[in-house]
Amino acid sequence: MAEKIATRASYGKVLVELGAENPDIVVLDADLSGSTQTKKFADVYPERFYNAGIAEANMMGMAAGLAVSGKTVFASSFAMFAAGRAYEIIRNSIAYTHANVKICATHAGLTVGEDGASHQCLEDLSLMRTIPGMTVLNPADDVSARALIRAAAAYDGPVYVRLGRAAVPVLYEEGRAFEIGRAIRIKEGKDACIIATGIMVDAALQAAEILAAEGLEVRVVDMHTIKPLDKDEVLAAAKECGAIVTAEEHSVIGGLGSAVAEAVCGEAPCRVKSIGVQDEFGQSGKPDELLKAYGLTAEDIAAAVRGLVGKS
Amino acid sequence: METVQLQKIAQTVRQDIIREVYSAGSGHPGGSLSATDILTALYFSEMNVDPADPAKKGRDRFVLSKGHAAPALYACLAERGFFPKENLVTLRRLGSSLQGHPSKKLLPGVEMSTGSLGQGISAAVGMALAGKADADPGRIYALLGDGELQEGMVWEAAMAASHYKLDNLCAFVDHNGLQIDGRNEDVMNVMPIAEKFAVFGWNVLEIDGHDFEQILDALDMAKKCKGMPTVIVAETVKGKGVSFMEGQAGWHGKAPNEEQAKQAMAELGGEL
Repeated sequence: MAEKIATRASYGKVLVELGAENPDIVVLDADLSGSTQTKKFADVYPERFYNAGIAEANMMGMAAGLAVSGKTVFASSFAMFAAGRAYEIIRNSIAYTHANVKICATHAGLTVGEDGASHQCLEDLSLMRTIPGMTVLNPADDVSARALIRAAAAYDGPVYVRLGRAAVPVLYEEGRAFEIGRAIRIKEGKDACIIATGIMVDAALQAAEILAAEGLEVRVVDMHTIKPLDKDEVLAAAKECGAIVTAEEHSVIGGLGSAVAEAVCGEAPCRVKSIGVQDEFGQSGKPDELLKAYGLTAEDIAAAVRGLVGKS
Repeated sequence: METVQLQKIAQTVRQDIIREVYSAGSGHPGGSLSATDILTALYFSEMNVDPADPAKKGRDRFVLSKGHAAPALYACLAERGFFPKENLVTLRRLGSSLQGHPSKKLLPGVEMSTGSLGQGISAAVGMALAGKADADPGRIYALLGDGELQEGMVWEAAMAASHYKLDNLCAFVDHNGLQIDGRNEDVMNVMPIAEKFAVFGWNVLEIDGHDFEQILDALDMAKKCKGMPTVIVAETVKGKGVSFMEGQAGWHGKAPNEEQAKQAMAELGGEL
């Protein structure tokens, strides 16, 4: 069985490396540095770490101020409070100035688990995607998380990075290259295409295995960048596979599924089925129980593919 | 610079505010006129800025947290030479760099995009943190409205500025007592302002915001204060300088018609 690492742990690790490489990097947190893993940076570079206290709005405002002063800023909290509570500050102070701030939001989605709906952010991809000039990343595993956070650090402008609490399988070999805006086609296939993001990439691969045993060759794409969306890869899926199932640990409203549907409907219309959380709140439970209860398992994805290709 | 000269510049700035807002047909004259003397003191006496090199290292930086007073900021920047004065009448027009609220990306000299209240002071705290980290000699100035103090984020920022001992940060509160819906105390009482900042750990100075000697003295005292940020609570008159606008909440966000603009300009010693 593959090694499991939470993408927030990947963040903590790569942040320390980046801190050594770039003295202009500063890190902000809002009293969650142990959970978001920014404490790893704070322990090594205390003079470049600022705790904002439990004040996410001000943290984002300070992040903007530091960025317009020449710093490369990483600002972290849980996704709910980063993208949710501080949304308007991110929009007006960070994105409108195209400030060099990397909002690395952890504990996104249902797999926060027992903390329940108040902490399970299912809307962040949607919220961040609508902001002009915002880059939105959602890595699937440890290798891609570290690579994409490095890419975000090298890019001059605002980036939202969605990270998770729960340990997830490592999918990629160490050193694999990732480029912002360029999807990874993990598995070839022409009967249908599963476009997944974040922790749902692993479930998509499992779904493809289930379907392979049934004689369906299903393509699997890791859409680690929600914005700018790799439109070429989406249109290729539409044209070559004819049916797309999207999978995200997020509301079906406004996230990956919506982005993919927007991309295909004008240029290469095809059937698109979104796997995600329906228009409802989460609840307390174990991560695996929640994914099952809300229809976010490999079997749910496989069933959606069968439905689209007429093999249900 | 002599107080008399500053008064003269402030008069020109006030005339330009009226021209801008009249030309735009909308905008915020009341809070622009109340903040004029503070901005004039900052841009023409206090701050180390260079219109020929707006991004000069080590410069002082100003954040207009009450971004709706943009006409006053633009008038000062133009008068100071950051852009041609004839551009002032493009305020709020399609394609203009003089947006309804200041945009850092569009106009050199604007250090932070503002307009959504509460956010500018927070960005100023971030700028002051960076200044401390880099041992930058530049000071950070910010101007808040009194109504703006109702935004909770202001107090998050106030806590942080004190926590990080940002003595390179000096904020003004333009205390004209009025906001869109009426008097502060009727809408949502913000008093006592000085005491609030004091218990948040700020050095607090209280002045007449239309008296240049008091403004400049306060700025000097702010520079001498170490280990804590300074707030200068400036008593001001909304609409200052235009008789029919003074003390009237109705002139918060309304442009004068031609007749009113002519009268305002006459009172300010100019012509429309």
